[in-house]
Amino acid sequence: MTRYVLRRLLQAIPLLLIISLILFILISNLGDPLASFGGTRRRLPPADRERLTRQLGLDKPVIVQYVIWLIGNDWMKIDVDGDGIPDAYGTRQGVLRGDFGNSFQERRPAIEVIGERVWNTLLLMTACEAVVLIFSLLIGIYSALRQYSAWDNTITALSFIGYSMPVFWLSLVLIYIFSVNFKRWGLPYFPVTGMYDLEVGPTVGQIVWHLVLPVASLSIVSIAGYSRYIRSQMLEVINQDYVRTAYAKGLPERMVIMGHAFKNAALPLVTIIGMDLPLLLGGAVVTEAIFGWPGMGRLYFKATNAADIPVTMGILVIISVLVVLFQIATDITYTFLDPRIRYE
Amino acid sequence: MAVSAATSDLLQARIKRRPLTPGQVALRRFIRHKMALVGVGILVALILYVTVGTVFFSEADANYVDLRNKLSPPSWEHPFGTDLGGRDILARTIYGGQISIIIGILAVIVSVVAGVLIGALAGFYGGIVDSLLMRFTEATFNIPQLFLLIALAKFFGTKMPAFNLFGRSFSGSVVIIVGVIGLTSWMYLARIVRSNFLSLKEQEFVTAARCAGATDFSLIFEHILPNTIAPIIVSATLEVASAILSEAYISFLGMGVQPPTATWGNMLNEAYNHLEGAPWMWFFPGTLILLAVLAINFAGDGLRDAFDPRSLAATQ
Amino acid sequence: MDPLLELQDLVVHFHTLDGVVHAVNGASYAVTAGQTLGIVGESGCGKSVSVLSVMRLIPEPPGEIVAGRVLYRGQDLLRLDKLHVQTIRGKEIAMVFQDPMTSLNPVLTIGQQISETMVVHEGMDKREARHQAIKLLETVGIPQPEDRYSDYPHQFSGGMRQRAMIAMALSCHPNVLIADEPTTALDVTIQAQIVDLVKDLRDRLGMAMIWITHDLGVVAELADRVVVMYAGFIVEEADVFTLFETPCHPYTLALLKSLPRVDSVSNEKLATIRGSPPDCLHLPPGCPFVPRCAFVVERCQRENPTLQHIASGHKIACWVDVTTGRER
Repeated sequence: MTRYVLRRLLQAIPLLLIISLILFILISNLGDPLASFGGTRRRLPPADRERLTRQLGLDKPVIVQYVIWLIGNDWMKIDVDGDGIPDAYGTRQGVLRGDFGNSFQERRPAIEVIGERVWNTLLLMTACEAVVLIFSLLIGIYSALRQYSAWDNTITALSFIGYSMPVFWLSLVLIYIFSVNFKRWGLPYFPVTGMYDLEVGPTVGQIVWHLVLPVASLSIVSIAGYSRYIRSQMLEVINQDYVRTAYAKGLPERMVIMGHAFKNAALPLVTIIGMDLPLLLGGAVVTEAIFGWPGMGRLYFKATNAADIPVTMGILVIISVLVVLFQIATDITYTFLDPRIRYE
Repeated sequence: MAVSAATSDLLQARIKRRPLTPGQVALRRFIRHKMALVGVGILVALILYVTVGTVFFSEADANYVDLRNKLSPPSWEHPFGTDLGGRDILARTIYGGQISIIIGILAVIVSVVAGVLIGALAGFYGGIVDSLLMRFTEATFNIPQLFLLIALAKFFGTKMPAFNLFGRSFSGSVVIIVGVIGLTSWMYLARIVRSNFLSLKEQEFVTAARCAGATDFSLIFEHILPNTIAPIIVSATLEVASAILSEAYISFLGMGVQPPTATWGNMLNEAYNHLEGAPWMWFFPGTLILLAVLAINFAGDGLRDAFDPRSLAATQ
Repeated sequence: MDPLLELQDLVVHFHTLDGVVHAVNGASYAVTAGQTLGIVGESGCGKSVSVLSVMRLIPEPPGEIVAGRVLYRGQDLLRLDKLHVQTIRGKEIAMVFQDPMTSLNPVLTIGQQISETMVVHEGMDKREARHQAIKLLETVGIPQPEDRYSDYPHQFSGGMRQRAMIAMALSCHPNVLIADEPTTALDVTIQAQIVDLVKDLRDRLGMAMIWITHDLGVVAELADRVVVMYAGFIVEEADVFTLFETPCHPYTLALLKSLPRVDSVSNEKLATIRGSPPDCLHLPPGCPFVPRCAFVVERCQRENPTLQHIASGHKIACWVDVTTGRER
C-alpha cells in the first residue's frame, strides 16, 4: 500500500514537470514580460530595458529560461552591467518556491494575491462537492430501486436537461427567481454578490447564506450527471449474483442495498469525482464572476482581462498542481477501498 | 420414422431469420431509443431555425441599431424583445445560432483530427512515441479546460483580422475560438483511439495486411481506423455539445467571439448587466443553447447505445 | 412421510423482447426430510428457474410465476408476503449457487458474509456470530479458519470459496438445502471433495437436499430420488437406482448412453444426442423432445405427453415404450 502511494507520487513528478513546461511555453508567448516594470504607460528607457533583460535572464536560451523560471536565479551570479562578467545575484526565486513575479495590477507578489483568494474558492468547491455527493447518491440510488417508475422517468428527463445546461444560464435563472423576484414579491431573498454583507461581516451565517445560490448553480449540473451514473452503476450491481445470494440468505432489503449493492456501486464513483475537479474549477470561474465571489476564479478572470501575466500563470500552475494531487488522492482512496486491489 | 418433417420445420424456422448487418442492428436499437429520436427532432428544428430563419430576417435586421427601442420586452414586432442597442433579439439568435453551431462543429473537427492523429500514432507505434504523446496528453488533460481557454482566447483573440465569407462578415475571433476550443478538447478522444489501436494492431488482419506489403500510413488509416470509427463518432457527437457550451462560456465572459458578430454566448454577456430589467435578453439565447446541447446529448446517448449493445442493458 | 417441500404444477414465463419464454411448464416434485432429490437436465431446461422460484428469487419483470404452488410445511411460499419470505430464506431453506466467485460479494470479508446471516436470523451479536462462523469454516474443511475469517473472496481458491458458500448456507441450520450446480465451475478433483463434504454434512445434519446438476455421476453419488427435466417439463421421475438400471424415457436413455464409460472399448465413438437444445420461445404442440428422439411415433407430434406412473415411484412423460418401440 505505501509502495503504491510512493509510486503514484513519483509518477506525478514528470507529469507536473511536463505541465509546467507547457505552461511555460504558453507564458513566453503571451506578451512582454517587462511590461510590469516602468508602469503601464511609460516606456522603459533602453538602458533599463537591457539591464532588466539580463537581470531576469531573458537573454538566455529558452531551456535555461525554463529552468530559471522553475528554480530561480538568486543562487547564481548574473551579468548585470553588460560587461560579460557575472557580478550580482539574480532576484528571482523560481516557481518551485512560489515566486511567480509581482502582480501587474497590485504590485505585490502574485503568490500573495492568489493566496488570499484560494481559500474562498476551496470553500466553494468543498461545499459544492459535498452537496453533489449527497444528492447524487440519494437520487441515484432511489432511481435505481424504482426503475421505470414515474419518478425514475421524470428524474432521467430532468437529469438530461440538468447536465445540458450552461452553469451560468442556470445562475442567471436562479438569480432572477430567487433574488430579483423574491425581492419583488417581498420574500426573503438570496444575495447576489460577495461572500458576506459588508455591514454584518464574515459570520458563518452570512457566508452560508451567500453560498446558497452559487453552490446551487454549480452543483445542480453535476448532480444531474452523477445521479445518472450512480443509477446505472446500482442497476448493474443489483443484477449481480452476489446480490442474489444476499437476498437468498434472507437479509432484509435495506441491508442488501446498502451493505452489499451500494458498497460495490460506490467504488467507481470515487474515481469519477476525482476526474470532475477540473470541470468544477472551470465552472467556478464563471460562477465566481457572476456572483462576485472573491475566489481564484474571479481573480483569474480579472487578471487575464488586465493581462496580469504573473497572476494568470500563478493560478494556472496552482490549479494544475491541485488537479494532479487531487487525482492521486482519489486513486489512492480507490485502491484503499477496493480490497481486490489492496491485497494484491 | 417421421422425424425428418419435424427437424426440417425447425431448420426452416431458423433460416427465415436472416442475420442483420451491424449497421442494421445499430439502426434498430437507435430507433428503439425514443429519446434519441426526440433529440434528432430538436436538432433538425434548430438547424431549420438558423438556416430558414435567414429568409425572414436579413443580417442587416440582426445588426440594426435602433436606440429608441432599446431594451423593449417581447412584442409582436420583436417577438424576443430587443437588446441594449435596440437590436431585434430574435434575428440575432438566428444569426448567432449559425455561428454558435458552426463553431461547435468546426471546433470538433479540429479536436477529432488532433485526437485521432495523436491517439493513432501513440497506439500504433507504441514505445517511446506512445510514452511521450501520452504524457503530453495527460498533462494537457490535467489543466482545466476553461482556464486554458480563457488564457488562449484572451491572448490570441485579437490577432486575427475580420474576414468575409458567404457575403457575411465575421470577426477574426471566430477562427481563434474554433482553434482554441479544438486544441483543448482532443485529449479524451486521443486516449480512446490509442487504447483501441493498441488492441486492434495485435489482430490478425493487421498482420495479414502487413505481409501483403501495406505501408504504415495505409495500415493506420485504411485498416485499423475504420474499425474504431464507432467510439469516434459517438465522442465527436457529444463533443459538439461540449464545444457549443465552451464557446458560450468564454463568450459570456467576454473573451470569446467579439461583437458585432453575434453568438448565443456573447448575447448572454450583454444580458448580464440587465438581469432585473430585461430577462428576455438572456432567457432566449440561453434556452436555445440548452436545447441544442440537450438535443445533442439525447442523440449522442442513443448513438452510444446503438453501437454498444452491452450498455443498453445496464443503463436502461 | 409428508413432503417437506413440494412444488405443484409450477409454470414460469419470461417476457423478453423477442417473445415469451416458457421456462417451466407445469413442474411438480417434492422432497422429504433427510432425502436428497437430484434434478438433472441440460442448460436452459428450467431446473434452475424452478428452484429459484421456490426462493422467490425470480426477477419479476421480466419473469412471471404464472401458476402453481410451492408448499413448504403446508404453506404456499408463493402467496406469502415479502417479510415472511425473508424469514424463511436462509433460515429454513438455504441455497448454494453455481459460481462462487460471482456469488460472493468481493468487497466484504468471507467471515462477514457468513456472520451476517446468523446476526439477522438467530439474533446473535457480532462476537458470537464470529465464533460460530469460524467453527463453520472449520467444519467445511477450511484450514486456519480464524485467519481466513477476515480474508476476501478473491484470496480464496475456487474450491475453498464453494466451501465457504456451503458454510454460509448451513449457518442457520436450514431444513432444506438447495444447491444449484455447485460443482460445475470446479475441476473434477475439487468436485469430488465437495461432494464428499456435502454427503458427510447431510448425514450428520439430516437435511433435505435438492441438488441440481447436469452431471449424472454426481447424481448417482448423492441423490435418493431423481427428476429429469427437458424444455421446462419433467420427463422422468424415479428413485436413483431405478433410474440408472431401468430408465424409461428416451431422453434419460440417451443421456445415460452418452456417458463415457471406463469399461468401454477404446475405439468406440462416443454417443451423442443429435439435434440442438429446445427453443423455449417457440415450443411445438407435441412433445418437445421429438426432433432428437429415436422413438417418435405419430402421436408424439400431436400431443405432449403428461407425467404418468408406469410403476410404483416411477413416472415418465412419454407415449412410447422404449423396450418395444411402440406406443404404450
